[in-house]
Amino acid sequence: MDDLYREVIIEHYKNPSFKGKLNPHDYSFSDSNPLCGDHIQVELRVDERGIVSEAMFDGHGCAISQASADLLMESIVGKPLDEVKQLSKQDVLELLGIDLGPVRLKCALLPLKVLKAGIYGLGEASDDLVE
Amino acid sequence: MLNVEILREDFPILKRAVQEGSLLAYLDSTATSQKPLAVIDAMNEYYRRSNSNIHRGVHTLAEEATALYEAARDRITKFINAVSAREIIYTRNTTESINLVAYSWGRSHLKSGDVVILTEMEHHSNLVPWQMLQSELGIRLEFIPVTEEGLLDLDAYRILLERKPKLVSFTHMSNVLGTINPVAEVATLAHSVGAMVLVDGAQSVPHLPVDVQALDVDFYAFSAHKMCGPTGIGILYGKEEWLVAMPPFLGGGDMIKEVHLHSFKANSLPHKWEAGTPAIAEAVGFGAAVDYLSKIGMEEIQTHEHAMTEYALDRLVEIPGVKVLGPTAEKKGGVVAFTVNGIHPHDVAQILDRDGIAIRAGHHCAQPLHEKFGIPASSRASFYFYNTAEEVDRLVAGIYKVKELFG
Ligand SMILES: Cc1ncc(COP(=O)(O)O)c(C=O)c1O
Repeated sequence: MDDLYREVIIEHYKNPSFKGKLNPHDYSFSDSNPLCGDHIQVELRVDERGIVSEAMFDGHGCAISQASADLLMESIVGKPLDEVKQLSKQDVLELLGIDLGPVRLKCALLPLKVLKAGIYGLGEASDDLVE
Repeated sequence: MLNVEILREDFPILKRAVQEGSLLAYLDSTATSQKPLAVIDAMNEYYRRSNSNIHRGVHTLAEEATALYEAARDRITKFINAVSAREIIYTRNTTESINLVAYSWGRSHLKSGDVVILTEMEHHSNLVPWQMLQSELGIRLEFIPVTEEGLLDLDAYRILLERKPKLVSFTHMSNVLGTINPVAEVATLAHSVGAMVLVDGAQSVPHLPVDVQALDVDFYAFSAHKMCGPTGIGILYGKEEWLVAMPPFLGGGDMIKEVHLHSFKANSLPHKWEAGTPAIAEAVGFGAAVDYLSKIGMEEIQTHEHAMTEYALDRLVEIPGVKVLGPTAEKKGGVVAFTVNGIHPHDVAQILDRDGIAIRAGHHCAQPLHEKFGIPASSRASFYFYNTAEEVDRLVAGIYKVKELFG
């Protein structure tokens, strides 16, 4: 019935495959969406060839941010870190397959912001990372 | 009894369809209220007829604009029963009013180690200005705890008062729990140990009769936009003796009596506190809003909202998995914050929006309060005199729909 709440989004929200912690890990970062207090943590393992071997997210948020995180983790496993660094807003929207207004876009992009801030070793997940 | 159907005619926006086929059910007046034609027209008329700068011209338009600006102040003075219009300072909003007190009174009266008492249910605008003074001056912040039921713990407050606070600053009505706090009692206790009292009235002035003399508070802050008025204008009420003694906040035109190259003499009240060209059309709109509310009657408004709240609480608690925050209808205003088990408030609000129902989701600028209750966010429906039981029914039906979608 509802585009934004396509079954796949509800499914990833209710039964995420990549939710949890990775210990040990090579990269870890977390940040919040100041608008709603949603919080996302991302942890990665990267092998000696620079390829993401495992990825997990944790935290709390709405269906959009949680589904976005789960889909994002799924999509980066097996990819070279250099390629992950290049991911953009458009890539996330394609993973979700929905159009979003400015407010909900922030929810959808939080996981990517956190992921990129972690890889780049930045202090905070800023909006410039997902332009 | 209010004739809500007739009053709704005054609000063009309430006839708007937001989504195809569904009329707007606006349940977010706690964030900002809708505006009646009386206010929109007054501002429109001001710009069409009388627009001019104030206090500095002698031509007809300047006289008219100044008279309108000051007449609005007089009406606001009466509306909250201040002693005189000199005690009514125009600001941008509640937030600026609180910041004015923190900046001017706080910096001139507080020093390292001084205690300021706040509460756990404050909006960020009554937390952050004091946290800034905490870093700058080393003041100590103490918080009146909120009970499980959502009330201020007054026994704990009495114990905190033994620390001889310099200021007690708290909200009249919580924008999340809806709790109406016993302002006069808290203020009397504060004064008994020599503390000043600042009240955040952002949610109370729009929804219940407020008499600042009866409450006997030192400062009282509120915003026009939550009480049918425009954005961009608010009020700081302050007892005259404090406003006279405090050092100015912003410096510039209008707030001075004389200026020399190396010195200035501040203007008399209330102009001392209004530097630069103010929000004139907004003041005119604010005056019209106060007239509009006075005509309806604040007691009637409160009674209607109470009935709405009671009905909403009754219906919401029937829904499995829904938990309402805050006390029973007797102890609160028209604010109903709730959680739906396993479903994020954003998702609740978004799905309701599909049926034209506007509620708020998030922490509502009260993150510490949500932390206290162990939740990151909540959904919030809030009522004004223009809301109906039918809108509550739509809210309830919408929540069932959300639950169904998330299975
Ligand atoms: C209790 C309370 N205090 C302060 C504010 C801040 O009001 P404003 O944003 O108009 O400054 C609000 C409104 O959001 C509020 O509900």
